[in-house]
Amino acid sequence: MAEVLVVTSGKGGVGKTTSTAALGAALAQTGQSVVVIDFDVGLRNLDLVMGAERRVVYDLINVVQGDANLNQALIKDKRVESLYLLPASQTRDKDALTAEGVERVINQLKERFDWIICDSPAGIERGAYFAMRHADLAVIVTNPEVSSVRDSDRIIGLLDSKTEKAERGEHIEKLLLLTRYDPIRAERGDMLKVDDVLEILSIPLLGIIPESPEVLKASNLGSPVTLANPISAPSRAYLDAARRLRGETIEMTVPSEKKRFFGNLFGRRAA
Amino acid sequence: MSVLRFFSRRSSAPAARERLQLLLAHERAVFGRTDLVAQLKDEILAVIAKHIAIDPEKVRITTDTKDTLATLEVDIEIRTPNGGLKLAG
Repeated sequence: MAEVLVVTSGKGGVGKTTSTAALGAALAQTGQSVVVIDFDVGLRNLDLVMGAERRVVYDLINVVQGDANLNQALIKDKRVESLYLLPASQTRDKDALTAEGVERVINQLKERFDWIICDSPAGIERGAYFAMRHADLAVIVTNPEVSSVRDSDRIIGLLDSKTEKAERGEHIEKLLLLTRYDPIRAERGDMLKVDDVLEILSIPLLGIIPESPEVLKASNLGSPVTLANPISAPSRAYLDAARRLRGETIEMTVPSEKKRFFGNLFGRRAA
Repeated sequence: MSVLRFFSRRSSAPAARERLQLLLAHERAVFGRTDLVAQLKDEILAVIAKHIAIDPEKVRITTDTKDTLATLEVDIEIRTPNGGLKLAG
């Protein structure tokens, strides 16, 4: 059964696209078939973060309008089997998306993939609405910072009223992905702690992604961080989050680079 | 000097938490619960109207949140038997 997941936040720049790429790749690395869709029409970036920017021929709008079929538009990842990208259009207007067209595309993808991950644009306009419309599950990407938490709260309200599931009176599952977290600054009292954000937003936690230079390095290279450097702290946090999405129970930690070094040292000796 | 500054420095995260809690309590009332209040009003009115004649114009529903306590106040004007008689007459 296909799961439709929306990665959303309200606020821009908190890590939606990075997280879409990392979670998509992480799920595909566990053998699941995954398609990541860019809903940011006019400002597409998922192709760039995934390193597929030169392979885009057709896009979501072409498929929605019937100018291309899905097979023509889907871009197969060169690193992970079973990972695909459906890019957004860079030149078209966001009004080119239609409710019926998006629904048709999502239904077609449901027949082929285990996971359909919709990368929402920032804001609460049409694109964000279409990205969340058919979701079974929402990942709310939030930075431990006041404006991001406020916007996440607003998006949670919209998920509870504007999605298909909510309109049918069903519960839409919402999970918090706390990104750019710095445990040292949080401990010092200079950054909201995990528990503060959880208490304010009152949704379950999917994962804590530590602030790390590895994320920028990976996007420089055009690779999801989980593929660029799978043993880095953010990658391990994303890989754990992906396993939680698959229903596994994994202890919640904030991975750090230092621990990893010793962990590997001991791990190797033990092996 | 730097040691003194270290000890006198107040942490900013608690301020962030408090400001957010206050702000979001207000914003949830404005955005999140608009539909809920309207829906509650319709359903409560429908139940009461089955038994008592009421004027939908004379119903006030308000919500309020203070700290951890949220209240829902439903204020309905019901015609007195006299008023009812007058209308019937």
